[in-house]
Amino acid sequence: MSGDLLFAVELGVSGVLVGVMYSLVALGFVLIYKASAVFNFAQGAMTLFAALALAGFIPYLGLVGALVAVCLLMTLLALGIERIILRPLVARPPLSLFMATIGLGFFLEGFSQALWGTQPKGLDIGIPDTPFDVAGIFISRLDLVGAIVAAVLVLGLVWFFQRTTTGLGLRAVSDDHEAALAVGIPLRQAWTVTWAIAGMVAVVAGILWGTRLGVQFSLSLVALKALPVLIIGGLESIPGAIIGGLIVGATERLVGGFIDPHVGGGVKDFSPYLLALVFLIFRPYGLFGREIIERV
Amino acid sequence: MFYRETGVFRESYAADMALFPIPLDRWGVLVLLLFAILGVPYLTSQYWMGSLIIPFLIFALSAQGLNFLTGYAGQLSLGHAAFMGVGAYGAVILYARYGVPLLPSLLGGGLIAAAVGTLFGLPALRIKGFYLAVSTLAAQFIIEWVITHVKWIGGGVFATIDTPPLRISGWLLDTPVEKYYLTLTIVVGLMIFAKNVVRSRVGRAWMAIRDRDIAAEIMGISLFRYKLLAFAVGSFYAGVAGGLMSFTYYAAANIEEFNLLLSFRLLGMIIIGGMGSVLGSFLGAGFIVVLPIFINQVLAAFGKLAGRLVTTDLLANTEFMVFGALIVFFLIAEPLGLARLWQTLKNYLRLWPFPY
Repeated sequence: MSGDLLFAVELGVSGVLVGVMYSLVALGFVLIYKASAVFNFAQGAMTLFAALALAGFIPYLGLVGALVAVCLLMTLLALGIERIILRPLVARPPLSLFMATIGLGFFLEGFSQALWGTQPKGLDIGIPDTPFDVAGIFISRLDLVGAIVAAVLVLGLVWFFQRTTTGLGLRAVSDDHEAALAVGIPLRQAWTVTWAIAGMVAVVAGILWGTRLGVQFSLSLVALKALPVLIIGGLESIPGAIIGGLIVGATERLVGGFIDPHVGGGVKDFSPYLLALVFLIFRPYGLFGREIIERV
Repeated sequence: MFYRETGVFRESYAADMALFPIPLDRWGVLVLLLFAILGVPYLTSQYWMGSLIIPFLIFALSAQGLNFLTGYAGQLSLGHAAFMGVGAYGAVILYARYGVPLLPSLLGGGLIAAAVGTLFGLPALRIKGFYLAVSTLAAQFIIEWVITHVKWIGGGVFATIDTPPLRISGWLLDTPVEKYYLTLTIVVGLMIFAKNVVRSRVGRAWMAIRDRDIAAEIMGISLFRYKLLAFAVGSFYAGVAGGLMSFTYYAAANIEEFNLLLSFRLLGMIIIGGMGSVLGSFLGAGFIVVLPIFINQVLAAFGKLAGRLVTTDLLANTEFMVFGALIVFFLIAEPLGLARLWQTLKNYLRLWPFPY
């Protein structure tokens, strides 16, 4: 029995650490939703784009140079998105914006693969693949580094949104574009800043996931995994994205370890969605989300 | 001058309620139907018919189902291809395993898909917008898993069921032309039904729900009934389309064909074609079916000019890029799609050569 318990704990720990990486991807969604009330379906494609760009630049510029170059690239991308997609769709219903981001996602996927090729690429950032051994439980070094990076990022972002004027302005924009405009918050800059930050988050997520999975098309499918994270944690909450990610990661691992062998496999892939469905019925706004109260 | 309503006097209730009250419209649709019945089989090759026109009709049917859900009732659905898959498996299992005749098994597949669609539409009673989209995405994954893992439904590891030869009361359908006629009949019939549904009380209720559902409920429109009805009817159309696909195009029911990418393509079809319009389903389906071929030709021409070989990867990626760019373009420039453009053209012709 102790072997089973140890197995469960190991699964739980590795699940939590994987969950942190899901949270990173979910974080990108939350940021954009927090600041512009747009659900950015293209976040996965942006992660793929960032990872491919990084893998493409590293041979020429080295790791640090490539990081700087990719950050610049994501800022340019944010500028472009704001100009071409967000600005014309400013007063449209949110469903239109959502569908526009679906289109954007397709475009970015095709573009990044046309530019950098579809072969999987390795991404090496200098973290060895040997696991730590803590009291009989194996912890992956990469997962640990990912968790630490994510923690730092989250703290930074929470501080940004709570304590800085820009952050408050962005939250105001997310509540109501037109009211924010009326008060004098520069909508265009706000959106560009948000999408650029989300782009940076995509870079970090891209690095960690790219090292883990190899940089290839399936990276954009990681975003699909992040959707249950958002449902469970709440679409607008940064701590929610983290907690949701932990829950989803742990669920996936535990289901994969204990239930999958009995049903022929594959359940672990959609178990987060089942959990999200349950949440949708009983608590649609997630654990930390804000309830949308519609006024007639 | 050409397209005018003056001089059209409706002298009976039937004339007033006609689907195409304006004579030019009516003649146009009749000519189109005649062309579809007589002209297409003679003018097009077997290949074109089998790989272009039949899928075009089937996708138009499925897109119309999605149009009911998303275009008329405003319930965003990203799992429509899964309902097509349910209809496909339902129809093929009824036909191949239980010996149900062809047309009833298509109907049965559609009904099974409607039941499954209603089940996954239950969350729509509590959530909307993006949250509903996620739950329909969950439907896509769950249905795929169930079909591949439940042995009774699928055949094993690959879960593909081959369709036996098609027979309607002893008459064997094995040439593309015969399959085309089968598809054409079913699609035209269901589309006429669609055109009537959307201007009936049900259609008006859906549009009220789409525009402002709280107000609709206050007016007395039962959200429960009409939202579930939207899912049921939309999934029925998807199910019949999926069944037709397995019978006439793939000759097998294979869940891998009804994947997430197809769901997105269907959404793209109604965005580009026009949400909330029967003509839009046709236009959007035609556009998306023809797009890969068009890109193929254009890239091949460019390749010849530049002296380089065009790889299949580049073709696939360009298709994604153009598809995405078109969705964004249509959402910005013409949110009501090609159908709206057609409407604008007709309005222009109504007044031409006068400016107003």
